[in-house]
Amino acid sequence: MSGNATSGIVMPEPNADVIARRAEIVAAMRAIVPGEGVIDAVNEMRPFETDGLTAYKQLPLAVVLPSTTEQVSRILAYCHRNGIRVVPRGAGTGLSGGALPLADAILLGMGKFNRILDIDFDNRTVTAQPGVTNLGITTAVAHAGFYYAPDPSSQIACTIGGNVAENSGGVHCLKYGLTTNNVMGVELVLITGEVMRIGGKHLDSGGLDLLGILVGSEGLLGVVTEVTVRILKKPETARAVLVGFPSSEAAGECVARIIGAGIIPGGMEMMDRLAIHAAEAFVKVGYPLDVEALLIVELDGPEAEVHHLIERVAQIASELGCITLRASNSEEERAAFWAGRKAAFPAVGRISPDYLCMDGTIPRKALPLVLARMEELARQHGLQCANVFHAGDGNLHPLILYDASKPGELEAAERFGADILLLCVEVGGVLTGEHGVGIEKRDLMPSMFDETDLAHQQRLKCAFDPDSLLNPGKVFPQLHRCAELGRMHVSRGQLPFPNIPRF
Amino acid sequence: MTDRLCPRDEADVVEAVRWAVSESRPLEVAGTGTRRALGRATQEAVTLELAGLSGVTLYEPAELVLSARAGTPLAEIEAMLGEARQMMAFEPMDHGPLLGQKAGQGTLGGLMALNLAGPRRPSAGAARDHALGLRAVSGRGEAFKAGGRVVKNVTGYDLPRGLAGSYGTLVAYTELTIKVLPRPETVETLLIRGLDDPAAARAMSEAVGSYYDVSGAAHVPAEVAARIPALAGLGGPVTALRLEGVRPSIRHRREKLEMMLAGRGALATLEEAGSLAFWTAVRDALPFALEEGARLDAAKALWKVSTAPMHGPVLGAAARGLGASVFYDWAGGLVWIEMPGPDPQAAAIRAALAPGGGHATLLRAGTTTRATVEVFQPLDPVTGQLVRRMKDSFDPGRILNPGRLYAGV
Repeated sequence: MSGNATSGIVMPEPNADVIARRAEIVAAMRAIVPGEGVIDAVNEMRPFETDGLTAYKQLPLAVVLPSTTEQVSRILAYCHRNGIRVVPRGAGTGLSGGALPLADAILLGMGKFNRILDIDFDNRTVTAQPGVTNLGITTAVAHAGFYYAPDPSSQIACTIGGNVAENSGGVHCLKYGLTTNNVMGVELVLITGEVMRIGGKHLDSGGLDLLGILVGSEGLLGVVTEVTVRILKKPETARAVLVGFPSSEAAGECVARIIGAGIIPGGMEMMDRLAIHAAEAFVKVGYPLDVEALLIVELDGPEAEVHHLIERVAQIASELGCITLRASNSEEERAAFWAGRKAAFPAVGRISPDYLCMDGTIPRKALPLVLARMEELARQHGLQCANVFHAGDGNLHPLILYDASKPGELEAAERFGADILLLCVEVGGVLTGEHGVGIEKRDLMPSMFDETDLAHQQRLKCAFDPDSLLNPGKVFPQLHRCAELGRMHVSRGQLPFPNIPRF
Repeated sequence: MTDRLCPRDEADVVEAVRWAVSESRPLEVAGTGTRRALGRATQEAVTLELAGLSGVTLYEPAELVLSARAGTPLAEIEAMLGEARQMMAFEPMDHGPLLGQKAGQGTLGGLMALNLAGPRRPSAGAARDHALGLRAVSGRGEAFKAGGRVVKNVTGYDLPRGLAGSYGTLVAYTELTIKVLPRPETVETLLIRGLDDPAAARAMSEAVGSYYDVSGAAHVPAEVAARIPALAGLGGPVTALRLEGVRPSIRHRREKLEMMLAGRGALATLEEAGSLAFWTAVRDALPFALEEGARLDAAKALWKVSTAPMHGPVLGAAARGLGASVFYDWAGGLVWIEMPGPDPQAAAIRAALAPGGGHATLLRAGTTTRATVEVFQPLDPVTGQLVRRMKDSFDPGRILNPGRLYAGV
């Protein structure tokens, strides 16, 4: 156990020898990144001691802020040669603690990589440095009517490099995919300092899909220094329907029937009673307060199609006995429908001193069961929980309300959260839909994967980073030495010919 | 003589791989073996034939998810999806006719191992983009799983995606879970006649970059267009833009595109039946198909090249200079190149590709050629070493399809 993490998550034992060599390491970093690019004063390192999972804090050995690929390469080569750990960081908006520093590790901040390098409307790509914000990419191409589709709720602040690390989603995933479906190429620096390029302005790189493995690898495999994404034409029209139901079962059935009718909405969000009330109190956009579940269904695309489909969605909702049904007739109205949903997290922040945002995914049909069981869990743990839900793809965001100033409440909230995630796995879902494993869900990994499953993943890590220097302590519950993982028991010539059909 | 091991279940696959490891005996991993002629030529004495692991294990249309054992015939899956008016949106191509075989063969495991895609690739992705979960046996003789059955999942490394396209060199799949989607109600195709390749690339770029949801953009020069029955009677080069969805939307989009492209060339339309036939021809590169049973070493060499769409016509012009026939899919980003004879002229094709970036795959050539010419885009040294280390991690004994992708992997 190290540092001042507040809870039961055990981070890798800091290497005392590395900490003792701090001055020498900082000097070496200054030789690579001149000027203000190396931070070692405690008060100046404070802003870097946590990410979006603010319950955990740890000062790093030093903060290094490179601005060129060559600097990144030299930093990593130095760390590799000297056995120093490295934690990469984008904007620090991640919600699973993936950028939590380690006491004996360099915190590699990529914020200075903030330039857009190429906009190519003919080939429909943008190439950007990793520190460019998600929204920054859309802003750079908006004048021509284009946008970058994945839109995590932190899109004003979160960076494209961080999106690649986390395989970020957003409300439009069902139709437009996650980060991994929208990234076409990267420049990557390995822990050895070697620089490689994967993909580019073409699709599918042939051979092994290194890009597929890299996206969502949470900074454990390499440091991305350039990203090429595809951009799309902004849909001609978007309209939303606001539908209120007397039960979450009816709302869930509505979602299933919309998809069953062959309609893939641009966005389909659900909120429960507590979330609706919190949001309405905060933004006052006229959400109905007499419903148990509220759906926002957004159709986007060519005008004729949107008008046609919105009728069909309205009909499905009516057949299921909805209480409220309103279709947007202007951009202002559509924005108002979304305003409450988009403000759901801060809205919950107003009714509770603290909240934990969970992120499991379930098969959609399990929703009524999961909501009922979550109510039971809330009673058990003595805490309240508001639910917002990417209903189209089954991604749940339960917000657990707690008060960190009350002894034991954070721990109770964490136990409640873990129970929710285990419930997601139990019904056939997964621990995290878009926030990543990080440290938050690390110790729950064995609920989804057995030792053999995890060993196959960790050996992949060994192919990229055999000394486990990049972001150790994240994602995997146990660090294994690569030599030990790589060992294979071979009964040389001792096995009989397999007893299976043979021709 | 080749031995065929035909496992009945995952436990059999584990036993077979463990035996092969203990004997240092490489295995050819195959479904039904119909795509044996793709990739580098290799010689394993024993084939691990996964066709016996067959059957859809889960299909929930409302959840947009399907799981099946790796050896399940694609025809069975497509029939089942068709009944629920759903599809594999990545529109997997069928290599059969290009290789002188029947159409409609192949298995789900083969589809994923080859990361198949079709004309909808730019908008809907490839097999990789629809891979949700897997069970597999690695070259260590261990069964494992990865991913899940839900679309949004970032729990651990994305192995279902990362292993797509690995040609059976890292694992033998035993079961796969994929995302499926509703099938569009109908389809129409807007044709522009008479454009040369660069003008076609520009028109396709504008159309795909428009509001009008073009889900396929292909250009077929005159001599290749003449080989596509759905274009009979048109004559000259044809640029095709596919519109899918509900009828009122298609009509609206076609009218808008007609306005946008007015003056480029004479316009025509293919209705549903013609569209389906045309896009199947594009998907399977049927203009370059072989007679059933044709010998590959005598056939014209065929390249499948992925590049930046605007570089497509530049590459196409270079290839035609070598005497090749070409046509374009993916708005110019996929170039099919049929060489004038069995010689792939790899150096010239790869040199012409270099300025635009991308990868050239030698899709069809005789066994001797595929043993001597790099079938896949050669790797730079850093990537090459990384790929070797990945092979070490999954298959240290080089048991599974060794050499099928790259020498020593």
